[in-house]
Amino acid sequence: MTLLRIDRLSMDVQGLPILREVSLGVDAGRILGVIGESGSGKSMTALSVMQLLPSGARCSGRITLAGQEVLTLSETALCKMRGRDVGMVFQEPMTALNPLKTIGAQVAETILIHERVSRGEAMQRAAEALARAELPQDRFPMSRYPHELSGGQRQRVVIAMAIALRPRLLIADEPTTALDVTTQAEILKLLKRLVAEDGMACMLISHDLAVVADMADDIVIMRDGEVVENGPADRLLTDLQHPYSKALLAASSHVPDRSAEPREASLLSVRDVVRDYATPRTGWWGRAGTFRAVDGVSFDIRRGESLGLVGESGCGKSTLTRAILGLEEVQAGTIELNGQPVFTGHRPNRAVRRHMQVVFQDPYGSFNPRHRVDRLVSEPFHLLDDAPQGSARSDAIAQALESVGLSADDGRKFVHEFSGGQRQRIAIARALIIRPELIILDEAVSALDVQVRAQILDLLAELGDSLGLTYLFISHDLSVVRSITDRVLVMQAGQIVEQGVTQDVFDAPRHTYTQQLVRAAPRLTVAPERIAR
Amino acid sequence: MLRYVIKKLLSLAVSLTVASVVIFLALEVVPGDPAASMLGVNAQEDTLAALREELGLNRGPLARYGDWVGGMLVGDFGTSYTYRTPVSEMIADRIWISLPLALLALSLSTLIAIPAGIWAASRRGSGVDLGVMGVTQLGVAIPNFWFAMLMVLVFAINLRWFSAGGFVGWEAGFWPAIHSLTLPAIALALPQASILTRVMRSALLDTLGEDFIRTARAKGLSRAQALWRHALRNALIPVLTIIGLQFSFLIAGAIIIENVFFLPGLGRLVFQSISARDLIVVESVVMLLVCAVIVVNFIVDITYAIVDPRLRRAR
Repeated sequence: MTLLRIDRLSMDVQGLPILREVSLGVDAGRILGVIGESGSGKSMTALSVMQLLPSGARCSGRITLAGQEVLTLSETALCKMRGRDVGMVFQEPMTALNPLKTIGAQVAETILIHERVSRGEAMQRAAEALARAELPQDRFPMSRYPHELSGGQRQRVVIAMAIALRPRLLIADEPTTALDVTTQAEILKLLKRLVAEDGMACMLISHDLAVVADMADDIVIMRDGEVVENGPADRLLTDLQHPYSKALLAASSHVPDRSAEPREASLLSVRDVVRDYATPRTGWWGRAGTFRAVDGVSFDIRRGESLGLVGESGCGKSTLTRAILGLEEVQAGTIELNGQPVFTGHRPNRAVRRHMQVVFQDPYGSFNPRHRVDRLVSEPFHLLDDAPQGSARSDAIAQALESVGLSADDGRKFVHEFSGGQRQRIAIARALIIRPELIILDEAVSALDVQVRAQILDLLAELGDSLGLTYLFISHDLSVVRSITDRVLVMQAGQIVEQGVTQDVFDAPRHTYTQQLVRAAPRLTVAPERIAR
Repeated sequence: MLRYVIKKLLSLAVSLTVASVVIFLALEVVPGDPAASMLGVNAQEDTLAALREELGLNRGPLARYGDWVGGMLVGDFGTSYTYRTPVSEMIADRIWISLPLALLALSLSTLIAIPAGIWAASRRGSGVDLGVMGVTQLGVAIPNFWFAMLMVLVFAINLRWFSAGGFVGWEAGFWPAIHSLTLPAIALALPQASILTRVMRSALLDTLGEDFIRTARAKGLSRAQALWRHALRNALIPVLTIIGLQFSFLIAGAIIIENVFFLPGLGRLVFQSISARDLIVVESVVMLLVCAVIVVNFIVDITYAIVDPRLRRAR
């Protein structure tokens, strides 16, 4: 029997249409994958089921959960339904829990809200739910606060909250997007197990085709508030009909065209670099400890090469990036660009700095919103001793913007007038304007939708070829690194555990950690050639 | 938690020491001759010499600082030059007006502001919210001395519910004493309550937009339950900060209101001693006020840690 049935659901928020005639269904014991890019309405569909919509939202159509009409329920009845019949897991585990309450109390609350049981019994059952979510009491007592847990562990607490009352439907909205690949694999496995054990229906929302392809029995693809395609997963992925779905699948496994061959000469040379951070003192008279974020790292980047750096959060990738950029001094070792050290006499070396630039992950947070694009793009000029003035300056800005596919007129606009992908182009223009040799891309495409990501990767490949740029490409996303780098470094706990030609490392990983990473990374089993037909 | 408290106590001690040194330097060392600044430019040389002798100014600054701090630690604040009475007695008389007045005003402002802020935030954009925001806007804008005079006109002169000023003293009984502090406390509380309401409202609105509120709602909590169980405690941190600042201000900053209502409080004492150039009194009262501010901040710090488990680990 179909547990959740959404029938021609339309929704608008203060007159602005968000969902149009969405129809889908999930059966008990099955997983429905909902795929779409940002703004496709996939989260809003989930929130419509919960009726936790933004104020001013109006729904029409039908939502039936186990035969009950959701859209006609009173708020009181909805409160009874939420948490008891439908559990929900959210994207951001770091903020999804109340920081001031213990994890035990937060899980027990789900039970206390819906059932007349004693506090002791609720805590007892909370402990069981946490254990089912693989947070056993002996290692994770219920008196822990959220800040004492890692992101993956917090997500398990949220899952325990959602399944505590064994709901009939579990909605997981991008449950692993904020997590590392190995954690992601564990959480997905956990969700799959819980769905099977409890015979729940599950709606798994993701932007990541590979995640959904691994998990789902049925798939729905959404765009602009509409369902463009749906069907059983095995059939759907091999036989996509809608051009949008095909484009989406193609973009997910897109490999940009790169022709430039790296030269032999080394551009950046990193030798035995160590970066320590002081940790708080352990007692009143205890000595401050040190945390070694980067531990004896050595590598070279050849001129014109694209080098990948992969590793999970906390492995030291960002620290290493800051050291290379000369933003922080290292405790030991040398970092040289063209034979010149990035740090001289405890000060960053400007002469070296002007030969490298960086593009960061967040296309929304990395610009001052009150400056116009031309000012933002021309910021790196402060690194030059003879920065161009007047018309030379505006020519340089125009050229930088045009090289990333924007127009010179865009310089007069503010950054809020651009989409995420366009902003990332602006960030690349800003990096290019002083004609650096090395560009460090720190998770530069991680926040972008797959199609935009494919475009930006193409742009980077094209710029690399035409300008002879060298890239250091830092990412947690193995498929992206695979598609755009020549060689790759795998970093774990501050050390480089494996390095080599990208293809070789990913096809035949030697170090156990690399093997673990490669195994955990979700993969699309469908060959891209098959959709190209 | 214990480590956190000890750490905060240490910083309290350091702050008090630094404050005492600064006050001493500012009033006794930097102006040159305190005797001259007390007696004015036309003072006779022999009067100056006598005063210097009396105040012990002929000794070195270090010895004088030691005496001053040592005296204060045992409750000896010196003797007022103008009134010829021990400063500790003068403070004792007045602190029993200023402290209850500040506490009364703070209680009033907190009791009004927290419910009003919650009410406005829980009905964001409604008539209630607009009304509360309008009233608090006025409350911030109206000078409290003017509001005080208006209250005297209405409640003391026309309605005769309260006296227009003065303090009956605690000997007259608890309620009569509170009665005579009511109007000044309301005058002090009005702007404080207005600010606090706004802080409460905006802190709560911020918290209500957090992800964990959505999580709570997804568990089946109603909007009101999510607000009371999850949002409120999270929103209290900025409110506590403001309450701490306000209490410090109320103890020291009631000068104008004390003048309007003829209340012989600490504010008036500082004001009079400054006019009379009575350095001994100024020095001690200022130190006492600084002490109160620092202690209040210490209490606020401890309250933070009670509210927020993340702060309990001493850093």
